[in-house]
Amino acid sequence: MAFRADSSPTFEARAVAITGMGIVSPMGLGFADNAAGFRAGRSAFRPVTVFDVSRQRVGTAGQAEVPERSPDPRVSLRDWDRMDRGTRLAWLAAGEAMASAGLSGGAMPVVIGTSAAAMPIGEAYYKRAVTEPHRRAGQLRRVETYQSQWQMNGLMRHLGVSGPLRILSNACASGANAIGHAFHLVRSGKAERVLAGGYDALCQLVFAGFDALQALAPSGIPRPFDAARDGLALGEGAGFVVVESLAAARARGARVIAEVLGYGAATDIHHLTQPHSEGDAALATMTAACRMAGVSPEEIDYLNSHGTGTPLNDVAEGRAIQRWAGEATAGVKVSSTKSSIGHLLGGAGAVEAVICLMALEGQWLPASLHVREADPVCTFDLVREPRDARVRTALTNSFGFGGANATLIFRKEGAA
Amino acid sequence: MSGRIVIAGTGAVSPAGWGVPALMAALDRGEPAATEPLERQGVVTAVRRVPADPAAVPKSARLRRTSPISKFAAAAALEALGPDRLARVQAGEWRVGVVSTLFNGCVNYSNRFFGEVLADPATASPILFPETVFNAPSSHLSAMLGSTAPNDTLLGDGAEFFTGLEVAAEWLARGEVDGCLVVGAEEIDWLCAEALHDYSRGFVPSEGAGALYLEAGDGPVRLLHVPDPVSFTGVADRAAAARQLRETLAAGDEPAVLLVDSLTGVARFDRPEREAWGDWSGPTWSPRTLLGESMGAAAALQCVAAVEAVKSGRATGALAFALGGNEQAAGARFGR
Repeated sequence: MAFRADSSPTFEARAVAITGMGIVSPMGLGFADNAAGFRAGRSAFRPVTVFDVSRQRVGTAGQAEVPERSPDPRVSLRDWDRMDRGTRLAWLAAGEAMASAGLSGGAMPVVIGTSAAAMPIGEAYYKRAVTEPHRRAGQLRRVETYQSQWQMNGLMRHLGVSGPLRILSNACASGANAIGHAFHLVRSGKAERVLAGGYDALCQLVFAGFDALQALAPSGIPRPFDAARDGLALGEGAGFVVVESLAAARARGARVIAEVLGYGAATDIHHLTQPHSEGDAALATMTAACRMAGVSPEEIDYLNSHGTGTPLNDVAEGRAIQRWAGEATAGVKVSSTKSSIGHLLGGAGAVEAVICLMALEGQWLPASLHVREADPVCTFDLVREPRDARVRTALTNSFGFGGANATLIFRKEGAA
Repeated sequence: MSGRIVIAGTGAVSPAGWGVPALMAALDRGEPAATEPLERQGVVTAVRRVPADPAAVPKSARLRRTSPISKFAAAAALEALGPDRLARVQAGEWRVGVVSTLFNGCVNYSNRFFGEVLADPATASPILFPETVFNAPSSHLSAMLGSTAPNDTLLGDGAEFFTGLEVAAEWLARGEVDGCLVVGAEEIDWLCAEALHDYSRGFVPSEGAGALYLEAGDGPVRLLHVPDPVSFTGVADRAAAARQLRETLAAGDEPAVLLVDSLTGVARFDRPEREAWGDWSGPTWSPRTLLGESMGAAAALQCVAAVEAVKSGRATGALAFALGGNEQAAGARFGR
């Protein structure tokens, strides 16, 4: 937020809380459906119907059920129609987060992560432009509504939130980075509360892109950390949280779901799309987040891994976990919830943060599904079925194309 | 650190040429850069392109297969950083973060890749797809620097560059980096050029990159103020946002302070900004009227011009102001 050279740059770090959360994923709309699904170990993959996949190698993904009409009468049919699919997902999750925080709007910064943004509208613009280049009717509306800031300004207007708006696009770490930015804004006293999250919808360009890279599991079912894993599955959804100073939350009597203890961000410069084989940047972010949180690996009760299911990602992350936890590795409980809902790209980090909050609230661990034989890198406790557990502190990793790496750490309120 | 942040380097790639001297010479001449026709399927759009100069593109394996936007961003960023600091970063002695701000991003490869997908997804190029991702240019930049420090890509309208400055100031204040590059870059092809003309045929689509390198400490040009952008969600219209930001950014008329504005020459879009600054008595530069509408790069080039004016002593201070198309009014104040 605002910078002034004549104001003091020093600050006393403030305790930061999560007071609201919302989620939409292939598992369902809202926290309750998602919690029930992850607790039961459901897998949510289905045939893709939102665009033509008949010529792709893979035809399934974690496709969410998006309402045909807005469930909120304050969003008109016209406004709903102008929201792209991703913004609808984001609006549903952000609305749930605001409601669960007991907020109905107000002046607060909004930090949002996305990778594909409103790409389906861009695709529609492109198709019209190449088939009927001289017919411009409707094209201006597509150009305008394609822009992520136009979409997110609309989302803010519908939520009654005035901003400022910050949109991060750090590929698959975008959602985690957005929550990390919000954490720092609150921790440093630059904002009292921030609405933060991430979203992405399935779209043809990105689906075909991962297919072209042969990164999609041919069966359509990803098996993160399996020795014979053969790729990821894409998904769609959104996760949002209200990040607030603990003092402000207590002052207004808000429910404190968890504290945000630490955040780490680093850049893997090994390759545009491949992680360093030893997970150097992942190690850096986990270490930095733990240092900020003042916790050791032994104190992490659950680690929600990036765990895409690609051969290179999982072994690199596994090596990073081993290096980070050292002798404590065997006791670290790890799962990849992408095995249930797929890789939500720009939404993944935020959705997986909300899944960590579920684990903290419900005192259970979500599972890595579809594992037949664990990869040798899994010298940690790979959670292969949902289980009850004492969960006080949770860590989530997010890594993206371009080398964007991020780690967030949450602690259950009152668990110190 | 102290509250002092200095602009320790600038870089520019524009239709005026590669490098800050070419940009400043074009502003001094005050003549619009030449246009050229961009044609496809019988649709012709006049655009201002960055002149081809292979020798000006930084040498890096990471840039071999990239589209122009990554090359523009890298050239501007490395010019801003300078060879001495680059050597220190590459030696691991200096942590430099990267903030990239975009409106369009990697439109050339997105266009090509999606065209291939529609033709036959089985043969769509796996080399093109990763370059379509918004953060590809900033990723290449960090890799060229050999820097594992934080790297963020921000999306927004044509005023987003100022949020990049805010983020850089936050990183410096927290001590996460020793220095930070803020880069705004864009490339054009028919897809975005025609899209801009859907708003008005008066716009001249353009491309390029501007970069500022920020450090804590002392230097000839300081970053004095980056107010919160005024979001269009919280005010009645663009005109109200422009007025509100102007009131925050400029306390009063200051004859020796230069205003580098975002006027484009398209009256309908310029009117709110003209009205907000109608009583401004200081000197004014309007780079977009000469260089074209380079969207996410335009505000970056405005800031480069503002900093150079202060550095050269042509102004005691400078304001850069941008009224975006559909998100925000934003700006920054630079001075000694």
